[in-house]
Amino acid sequence: MAPGVCAEPFGVYVHVPFCATRCGYCDFNTYTAGELGGATGPDAWARAARTEVALAASTVVAGPLQTVFVGGGTPTLLDPALLAGVLGDVRDAFGAATEVTVEANPETVTPALLDALLAMGVTRLSLGMQSAVPHVLAALDRVHTPGRAVEAARLARAHGFGEVSLDLIYGGPGESDEDWRRSVETALGAGPTHVSAYALIVEDGTALGRQVSRGEVAAPDDDVLAGRYELADALLTAAGLPWYEVSNWGSPCRHNLAYWRSHDWWGIGPGAHSHVAGTRWLNVRHPATYAARLADGVSPAQGRELLTAAQREDERVLLGIRLAEGLPAAGLPGLDELVGDGLLERRPDRHGERVVLTPRGRLLADAVVRALLP
Amino acid sequence: MRLSRRGVGGQVTPTVTAQQVLSCRAYRTVRAATPGAAGWDDGRVKPVDDRTDPALIRNFCIIAHIDHGKSTLADRMLEVTGVIEQRNMRAQYLDRMDIERERGITIKAQNVRLPWTSTDDGRDYVLHLIDTPGHVDFTYEVSRSLAACEGALLLVDAAQGIEAQTLANLYLAMENDLTVIPVLNKIDLPAAQPERYAEEIAHLIGCEPGDVHRISAKTGLGVTQLLDTVVREIPAPTGDPDAPARALIFDSVYDSYRGVISYVRVVDGELTTRDRLQMMSTKAVHETLEVGVISPEPVVRKSLGVGEVGYVIPGVKNVREARVGDTITSASHPAETSLGGYRDPRPMVFSGLYPMDGSDYPDLREALDKLQLNDAALVYEPETSVALGFGFRVGFLGLLHLEIVRERLEREFGLTLISTAPNVVYRVVMENGEEVAVTNPSEMPGGKIAAVWEPIVKSMVLAPSEYVGAIMELCQARRGVLLGMDYLSESRVELRYTLPLAEIIFDFFDALKSRTRGYASLDYELAGEQVSDLVRVDILLQGESVDAFSAVVHKDKAYAYGTAMATKLRELIPRQQFEVPIQAAIGARVIARENIRALRKDVLAKCYGGDISRKRKLLEKQKEGKKRMKNIGRVEVPQEAFIAALSTTTD
Repeated sequence: MAPGVCAEPFGVYVHVPFCATRCGYCDFNTYTAGELGGATGPDAWARAARTEVALAASTVVAGPLQTVFVGGGTPTLLDPALLAGVLGDVRDAFGAATEVTVEANPETVTPALLDALLAMGVTRLSLGMQSAVPHVLAALDRVHTPGRAVEAARLARAHGFGEVSLDLIYGGPGESDEDWRRSVETALGAGPTHVSAYALIVEDGTALGRQVSRGEVAAPDDDVLAGRYELADALLTAAGLPWYEVSNWGSPCRHNLAYWRSHDWWGIGPGAHSHVAGTRWLNVRHPATYAARLADGVSPAQGRELLTAAQREDERVLLGIRLAEGLPAAGLPGLDELVGDGLLERRPDRHGERVVLTPRGRLLADAVVRALLP
Repeated sequence: MRLSRRGVGGQVTPTVTAQQVLSCRAYRTVRAATPGAAGWDDGRVKPVDDRTDPALIRNFCIIAHIDHGKSTLADRMLEVTGVIEQRNMRAQYLDRMDIERERGITIKAQNVRLPWTSTDDGRDYVLHLIDTPGHVDFTYEVSRSLAACEGALLLVDAAQGIEAQTLANLYLAMENDLTVIPVLNKIDLPAAQPERYAEEIAHLIGCEPGDVHRISAKTGLGVTQLLDTVVREIPAPTGDPDAPARALIFDSVYDSYRGVISYVRVVDGELTTRDRLQMMSTKAVHETLEVGVISPEPVVRKSLGVGEVGYVIPGVKNVREARVGDTITSASHPAETSLGGYRDPRPMVFSGLYPMDGSDYPDLREALDKLQLNDAALVYEPETSVALGFGFRVGFLGLLHLEIVRERLEREFGLTLISTAPNVVYRVVMENGEEVAVTNPSEMPGGKIAAVWEPIVKSMVLAPSEYVGAIMELCQARRGVLLGMDYLSESRVELRYTLPLAEIIFDFFDALKSRTRGYASLDYELAGEQVSDLVRVDILLQGESVDAFSAVVHKDKAYAYGTAMATKLRELIPRQQFEVPIQAAIGARVIARENIRALRKDVLAKCYGGDISRKRKLLEKQKEGKKRMKNIGRVEVPQEAFIAALSTTTD
């Protein structure tokens, strides 16, 4: 891999591929202990991840490290010392980030864990709450008890975490509009600084996908999902958490903003994606293969894709339009029709004019993108 | 279109696919004769002069339903007459068939000269077996083949009995005063009921059940006796050898090496290469490049005399210059009157053919030009559809003809086509007396119409008697008028109806089949036209008329058509970002309405680092898909929706 120079703010993503159990809707690159067997445990992962950090450091002449995001999987299943080791290496290699997020399963959050996370420089906690309603959680295979996420969020806030995010999913099997309202209101009751709310996506190859294709579970209806989105948007906005991305409200996660602004980041860990200097790549997915590659001194990267100027432009549009800051209007085709249809609105800007999705436009963002792409 | 029918006894006859019929006589192209093979393209073969005494000639055809064993019987006749030796039968014949299949042709026994030494009198006879196409679209071609014969074998499957098609052709043969020899085939089958069907046939043609031959074309049982009967019962041809030449063209095919090859039956005088020939309908004069007989290879001859059946190569490049039914005469001593019966092929069914990919339009034109060389009935002219782009309005003899042409365009020329629902030709008389022939429903004039005439057919349905009620119900729903009903036997009925052709070309076959559990068979012939209360129904998307969906229907059925089409489109057209009203209208009057609700959600909820490449690729794919959309106003309609909406609706 040729050394790249990152002039722009640089981010590091760390993928922790372990979960206690697999949720029915999840298609992430994650494994339970039973699936992996003994050989490729957290220790091997941490060793390999630290080797990859060193590889990244020797490859990229990076600008200041801005953000780190530790996702999974369930990062908090790790012994905190292992995570601290990896994050320490990242800091040593690229400098201290101003935002360090760790995803956490509410069940794993204890005062001791929070102390350990703060000690290793974590500034932001992202909790997978999904729902406040027992039957919806059960349908999603989530193991935590409904009150746990809210408790964990309160605890984290009390412990000194300035930023706490809650993830919610709407449109799960059996969920009613009222269930969803209860979930959003419960989440808001915990005082989060940030909420992500996602429509349930039925992915091929998941247990839920199989249930839907067998007809045992109805796929979520788009009209119902649209209604839930509008409800969430109204409740979150009223609670002082304005939207800044199609599915995100509140004080922005700067790491994720970097994705939508087409900035550069390096993904550490099995199956992690990277975007550096106009190239995207993906690491080998299986933890054992990943560890073996790095142990042999071989790059774990695969599926490398050098983006053309046209592809970069497509990505700039498809990602940027998802943000509340929108895109500069200059050079975008078909704006009059999109504005006329009430999907986009024009916002004056000191550099000219920007276009931003309207509430209806957010729900039809992919159609807007198709109209905006040449 | 499916034409699969079942016969009595419940035995399923195979579905006749257009592909099988591609090789039917009117559509084959003869290209099998390669240079060096004996035949019409080899100048080294010395013409033989062995004109035959008409008294020793017997010209006959076989009338049979598809799969009742016509080809097998023809094969057996080739074998027992020694034209093809038994031991070579398989090798020689199957090889030829491979060539035929590869090149899309059928040479098999469409007209073949067979020597036969009669067991009765020991004399050497010449039998000409003339094949007939087996579908209602080609009734005219059948009538010309029959006109070239003095007799016909009525071949009926002993397990299934006579079918409507066969019956129609039998009537045609009887009208032509042909001697009919009834034959029951497949008597070796366990399901055969020769007694029952011999009775039925005897009743139909007025003979004794004992007169019906019982054979097995497969095993050869009874075939030599049958050939002796042909010699004994079918009259020898009569004609004046000294009169100016007159020969009937009963088939013409285009060969890329030799141009058009016409199959003829000489009635008077002789056809010879010493004389130029003249087509009596056009007076056009052509060289007589070659004459010969098929036995079963082409054999070059000096001349063809009275009663003989063979081929003529007139050196023309298009079958329109040597049309089926025309009379060939001598250019130097032309006959005064033609043999009669000539008719220009008249397209009865029209459909718009459009390339799926607009850039294939020139290829479609070229392909139609090529097909037309060998198909005198095919007519077309360019047309433009708002919905479908550039294409052609193509006229056909009937639905099967349409299906064959479409299939050949797709198979042989690699085109992917959208075709509009087939329609008939309407003759519209305006109040000011002006007349318009409408071949495209969207061009049906509005207002000030005095009368609309539509073509009608006389149809015949044969079915077990328990289905009479169901058939009557269907025919009445299709605006049929009962002409009569006869019992062929205790259990089988023949129903005769006048029906608008437009009602038959839609999905009549399918409806008839499903209502009679496949046991009914159908035949029809054109029977003029009638004034009907017809209206044009337009389909509008968001107020824009979609020309490809306009239809001319009976006033009483306009609402049903409009509702069905609107409902279908609501299911086929994906939701747009705005509400799309679908309306069916007669003129300005809306008769049915459906709504496609506006799409509310079209966004992927999650788009993080790992999702970006996948998302970009998906959007690139969607962008490509957008190019395949047709825009009606602002409504994007996928081509699949057009295809599905234009496919024949079933009630």
